[in-house]
Amino acid sequence: MHDEIVQQLSAQIATAILKQPGKTLKPDQPLISSGLIDSFSLVDLALFVEDTFGVHLDDAELNSDTFDTLDQLAALIESRQ
Amino acid sequence: MLNFSQLLLENYRDAPDKTALTVLLSGKPDQPITYTDLIRGAAAWDAAYTRAGVLPGEVVILILQHGFDLIYAYWGAILHGAIPSIMPFLTEKLQPERYRSDLASLISITRPECLVTYREFASEARAAVPDGSSVRVVMLSEDVDISITPDLAAPGGLERAPESIVLLQHSSGTTGLQKGVALSHQAVLNQLRTYAKTLHLVDSDVVVSWLPLYHDMGLIAGFLMPILLRIPLVLLSPFDWVRAPYRLMQAVTHYKGTLSWLPNFAYNFCAQKIRDRDLQGVDLSSWRVISNCSEPMRYASHQAFYERFKAYGLKESALCTCYAMAENVFAVTQGGLDAPVMVDEIDRDAMQSQKLAKPAEEGNASVKMLSAGIPISNTQVKIVDERHRDVGDRTIGEVALHSDCMLTEYYHRPDATAKAFTRGWFLTGDYGYKVGDQVYVAGRKKEMIIVGGKNVYPMDLEELAMQVKGVHPGRVVAFGVFNETVGTEEVVIVAEVETRSQEERERIADEIRQTVTRGSAIALRHVLLVEPRWLIKTSSGKNARMANKDKYLKQIAKENDI
Repeated sequence: MHDEIVQQLSAQIATAILKQPGKTLKPDQPLISSGLIDSFSLVDLALFVEDTFGVHLDDAELNSDTFDTLDQLAALIESRQ
Repeated sequence: MLNFSQLLLENYRDAPDKTALTVLLSGKPDQPITYTDLIRGAAAWDAAYTRAGVLPGEVVILILQHGFDLIYAYWGAILHGAIPSIMPFLTEKLQPERYRSDLASLISITRPECLVTYREFASEARAAVPDGSSVRVVMLSEDVDISITPDLAAPGGLERAPESIVLLQHSSGTTGLQKGVALSHQAVLNQLRTYAKTLHLVDSDVVVSWLPLYHDMGLIAGFLMPILLRIPLVLLSPFDWVRAPYRLMQAVTHYKGTLSWLPNFAYNFCAQKIRDRDLQGVDLSSWRVISNCSEPMRYASHQAFYERFKAYGLKESALCTCYAMAENVFAVTQGGLDAPVMVDEIDRDAMQSQKLAKPAEEGNASVKMLSAGIPISNTQVKIVDERHRDVGDRTIGEVALHSDCMLTEYYHRPDATAKAFTRGWFLTGDYGYKVGDQVYVAGRKKEMIIVGGKNVYPMDLEELAMQVKGVHPGRVVAFGVFNETVGTEEVVIVAEVETRSQEERERIADEIRQTVTRGSAIALRHVLLVEPRWLIKTSSGKNARMANKDKYLKQIAKENDI
């Protein structure tokens, strides 16, 4: 389950945000603190998470203190499903 | 003629209990600040500047996050008679070394006497201060107690002459930080009085802004103007807005907001990324002037915004335009106030190849230009050719200005100041044309890319890309390409590399993205690696960027055709 979520998130981020569809992100790679996901794309990520996994992320949670890697985001999603 | 401090104190004496601004921060209750609160906070800072030995007329660089400290430290510097300038605070993604070097480059030209920051950031700030520099004091915001009863005997700001410099404005990156726009009390107040008339400002108006205060649009329209002219301000944080754009709509609803300024991309962003459930109860019917400003304005962006929010009471007449620049304090023109914004559909080829804005004919490719409106009453606008001679209507040339609210100078840059003026006219570096009084902005001569309202300079981005192993100096170019979906320019970097190894090329492209993203105000997505001798070389960096942008666009178009 966890790996599947990670994979779905990775594909979405690579395609929609990074515009590099072929790219695979490492599960422990910093995303927000590294600037890989910029602030303008955080809303897109939240909307995707909500539509795909039915989990709501509050805008106050869209920062690297709440999650910075795919592993952390997937864990957050699982804990709320 | 009053100065800033006299005006602020007058507001305090006339309306001590009036709310000057309401600060909205995510997760906290809305916090109103009355003129009494503002004066107290500012006076506490004035006292702190005095204790620290900062003198009137000296420059104070504020390195603080968007919030109360920044507001009080700014007005405190004004009241003290010092010259404040806001440096964007370090963001998480920015590399500390890069930030330090930006700060050092600001310090080297501006030569401020004082830096203000947080305790946590003090060592970082001190590290940017070279030995023997102008900086005498690093003040910490934690040391300033704003709860004490201030002494309003005679703050130094009251003594400042109207023609003295009141503030400095910088844009980002090494290049931007080395060119501080110095504005006088008189210039700013002339702008505010004229612009207030243009906007038909009345007591019942409410400004709602989420813009950062280090940018002229946020600082002048979304901070100084409402506070000095006693128009209530609702101030959101740019960090909150970008994560939850619906907060703007909710704030307009709750506070019956009437005026806002937005960069073009924000129209697309709001139209695309706000969910219906976050618009429950939203009523935008109070919004009477929403000015599109600070980056190229698009008809399609206005339409998308209107279509999305008309069901929530948005009036089409509220969609206005504005052409502004820090060098004229803020507004140069304003459109959409007394008549709808004019749309001029022109022939695309004539625009590109003949520099003519010919009305489009049936069947020819055309561009819908949004008028930036007409010059505000204290500002004259003319269009000139390369030899600075006036050109006629519908000829595209450089926009030149003359007004009573121009910058005093680029601070400590007599070279740049002299270059910017020709026979009393300020050359903006923007291309445009006129039709009667209407001004249309049609491109840029100056070397700047505007990404989501932020100005970045290609040479700074190229410098960063050259740091990557495998990329060579002089063999990389950066330019902006407008993205219609996003409503703003995106940066593209093209670099020549020798290696044919796919793996190595991927490493280089990734490192360029990372180095530029972590070293600048933007997030870089588009990197094209090409073989040696792909790039077109010309004598000037500017021409090389334009030629290579054309080559890039042709190549992309060809690839998309296949």
